[in-house]
Amino acid sequence: MTLETKSPAAVVNNVLAKYERDASMLVGILQDIQVEMNYLPKECLVMVSEGLDIPLTRVYSVATFFKAFSLKPRGRHSVQCCMGTACHVRGAEKVLDKLQTEMCLCAGETSADMKFTLETVNCVGACALGPVVVVDGEYVGQVTTDKVKSILESCK
Amino acid sequence: MAVQTTKQGRLNSAAELETLRQEIKSATGENPRLITICCGTGCLAYGGAKLAQAFRDEIETRGLQDKVGVKTTGCHGFCERGPLVVIRPENILYQRVKPEDVGDVISDTIEQGKVVERLLYTLPGTKERVTYEHDVPFYKKQMRLVFGANGYIDPTLIEDYIGVGGYTAMVKALFSMTPDEVVSEVKRSGLRGRGGGGFSAGAKWESTREAHGGLKYLICNCDEGDPGAFMDRSLMEGNPFGILEGMVIAAYAIGCHEGYIYIRHEYPVAVKHAEMAIAKAEAMGLLGDNILGSGFSFKIKINRGGGAFVCGESTALMASVEGRIGEPRAKYIHTSEKGLWDRPTVLNNVETLANVPLIINRGAQWYSSIGTANSKGTKIFSLVGKVNNTGLIEVPMGITLREIIYDIGGGILKNKKFKAVQTGGPSGGCLPAEMLDLAVDFDELSRAGSMMGSGAMIVMDEDNCMVDIARYFVSFLEGESCGKCVPCREGLKRMNQILERITNGNGRDGDIELLEDLSETLTWGALCGLGGGAANPVMSTIRYFRDEYEAHIKEKRCPAGVCKPLITYNIVEANCPGCNLCIKACPVNAITSPGKKMPVILDQSKCTKCGACYDVCRLNAVEVR
Repeated sequence: MTLETKSPAAVVNNVLAKYERDASMLVGILQDIQVEMNYLPKECLVMVSEGLDIPLTRVYSVATFFKAFSLKPRGRHSVQCCMGTACHVRGAEKVLDKLQTEMCLCAGETSADMKFTLETVNCVGACALGPVVVVDGEYVGQVTTDKVKSILESCK
Repeated sequence: MAVQTTKQGRLNSAAELETLRQEIKSATGENPRLITICCGTGCLAYGGAKLAQAFRDEIETRGLQDKVGVKTTGCHGFCERGPLVVIRPENILYQRVKPEDVGDVISDTIEQGKVVERLLYTLPGTKERVTYEHDVPFYKKQMRLVFGANGYIDPTLIEDYIGVGGYTAMVKALFSMTPDEVVSEVKRSGLRGRGGGGFSAGAKWESTREAHGGLKYLICNCDEGDPGAFMDRSLMEGNPFGILEGMVIAAYAIGCHEGYIYIRHEYPVAVKHAEMAIAKAEAMGLLGDNILGSGFSFKIKINRGGGAFVCGESTALMASVEGRIGEPRAKYIHTSEKGLWDRPTVLNNVETLANVPLIINRGAQWYSSIGTANSKGTKIFSLVGKVNNTGLIEVPMGITLREIIYDIGGGILKNKKFKAVQTGGPSGGCLPAEMLDLAVDFDELSRAGSMMGSGAMIVMDEDNCMVDIARYFVSFLEGESCGKCVPCREGLKRMNQILERITNGNGRDGDIELLEDLSETLTWGALCGLGGGAANPVMSTIRYFRDEYEAHIKEKRCPAGVCKPLITYNIVEANCPGCNLCIKACPVNAITSPGKKMPVILDQSKCTKCGACYDVCRLNAVEVR
C-alpha cells in the first residue's frame, strides 16, 4: 500500500463511478476510498462532496461519526486490540497496556516511522478466543502479555 | 467430489430446482465420505486454512480424490477446540488438529477405518475419549436447527445448500402459500426477534404488510455491534444462502421488492460471502427478477456499517443506510410504517430470518412445540468468558443457565468459582450464582433484571470485579452514544465519572444512590435503546453485588483484585523458588533478587501494577491483595 502512487482524483472517480454517484451509499463510498488511500485525505472528502453534490459538512459528519474512518494517515501495519466484553473479562486491558508499552504508542496513534498504527476495537466477533489482537487482518487469539512481543515482531 | 453446476445457469421453475437437487444428491451418493474442516473465524485463527490445504495435498498425493471429499465449512461452534475436523458420514470429531496430523487421519481413518485416538476430545478430569461429534457434552444438549447446516456446507457453493434441502421453504411459500398465509404461519409460530427486542416477527411483518405506501423495504441486520456476540457473523459467513432464503420469504410476505443487508465492516468475510451468495443466487434465478418463474421479484443490496454501536438501533441503522450519520429518532411512528426513506420497513436480525425457512418447511405447530410458553424455538448463544468450552451454542428456549454453563460449557476455567453471567450485551445485566437455575427465555431474563439481547453470554469468575464490569459497559456506551439526547449524552458521562471514582478508590457515601437515580433517568428519558438499556448493567450489579460496591467505597478494597489503585502485588516467599522469571517480565525493574534461589523482592514504590509478574508466575508466588 504505497500512498504516493495513487492519485486521489483517480481513486475518488473510480469509487464514485462504481456506486453510480448514489449519495445514499456515502458510507460505502468512504470505506472504499479509505481502503485505497489507507485513510481519508481532506482533498478526497472535498471531491466526494462535489462529485455527489452534497454539502461538505455532511461528508465530514459521516466521516467523523463512524469509527471505521480515519482522517489521519495510518501506518503500514495495523494492530487492533479487541476490547469487547469477552476479551475484557479475560484481561484485554492488560494486553492493551503491554501493546502500548512495547510500541510506545497510545491507542489511536501511528508511529513516527509510519510502520504501525495501534487501535482499539469494540469486538471483532471472535469472542471465544479472547483476548484477541488483529494484526493486518489476521486474528491472534488467547493473547497474553508475554506473547505481545512476538506478535509485533512477526510484522516484517 | 463437489458437484459443480455452474453450467446449469438460470432455473425457471420449481421443478427445475428439484431436478437439480436430485442431480446433486445422486452425484454425492447416499453416504459420501467427507472430511469437513471448520473455517470459521476461530478455527482460522488456529490455522484452519493451512490444515484444509494439507488435507487437499495429502489426498492428491495418495490419489484418493474419488474416495473422499474435503470441504471447508463455516463455524461449527466449538471454537475452544479448533481447528475442528469432522469425518462424515460417521461424524467422527477430531479437535485441535495440526497439519502434521493429516497423514494419520488419512491413513488410519480414511484408508483403514480406524480412529486416531490422540485427536479425539477427552472428557475433562478423566481419560475417557469421545469419538463422535454428537456424543461430546458440548453438543449433546444442543438443538442445532438453525446452526446445524453450517457444519455440512461450503458457504461459497450454492449447490451444497440446495443439496441439504435449501430453498424448499421458498418454493413452498412462493408457489403454494399466499403472502397472508406466510405472515400468519410466522405469527402462529411465535417467532420473536432475535436481535434483542424480542418483538413478534409475524406481528411486525403484518403491520408493514398492511401499512400504506407503495414501496416497502426489508433490511437484514448483520451489524451485531454487541460485544461478546458473534452468532450473526457465523450464520452469515457459514450459511449465507439460508439468510437469503429467509429474506425472500419475508419480502414475499410483506410485499416488498427491495432489500438490504447491513453488515459490520469488522466482518469482512461475512461481507464477501454475502456478496458472493447474492450474485450466485441471482444467476440461478433464486433471487432477483421473477424468482423461479413465480412472478415475484426481490433484489438485495449490501450496505456496510461504519463501526458505530448505535447503528444496531433500527432508526439509526436506517439513517446510516440512507447515507447519513447514525442518529436514532424517537419512534412515535413505528418503522413498520415510516422507516427507510419514510417507507414501511421491516428490519429483522440475521438469526430471526434464518429461522423463517424452518417455520415454513415444518410448520408453525412444530416450531411452537419447542421452547417455553412465550418464547418459542431455539436461541443461539455465544458462550464465552471464563468457561471451559467457549463457542456458539444453539439450545431450546427454557434451558437453565446451569445446564448451559456447566453441562455444555463444561464449567468454569481453572476450577475457579462462578461469580456471574452477563447476558444481553451492554443493555443486559449480570446474574449471580443464585440465578443459575433460571430457565432462559425472553421474559425470565427481563424479570431477573437482564435481557436476551442478541444472545451474548459472558461468564465471569471470582477474579472479575463487578464494579469494574459496570464501569466497562458504561464507558463503552459513553463512547458509543451518538450524543443526540441529553439523558444519554450527559447521563452516561456522569455515571462513568462516578464509577471511575469508585474503582479509583475515591468513592463516597451516596454514590450508589446517585447511580440508581441516574439509571432511572436514563431508562425513562433516553431516546433510543442504547441509552434506555444502558442502566441495566449498573442496576443489575448493584442489585446482586452491592457488597462489592460497598467494599470499594467504604473499605477502599477491590475484593476481586482488579481495580489497580486498590490492589498491591506481593511475593509469597514460601512459594517463590527464586526462578527470576518475574524479574525478566517486570517492565520497570521493580523486582530484584537478593541472591541465587532466594525469594525475590518487590519494591512497591516502583511497581506500576501491570500484573506481568502475576501472569508469568506459575507457582502462585505472586498474589494480589
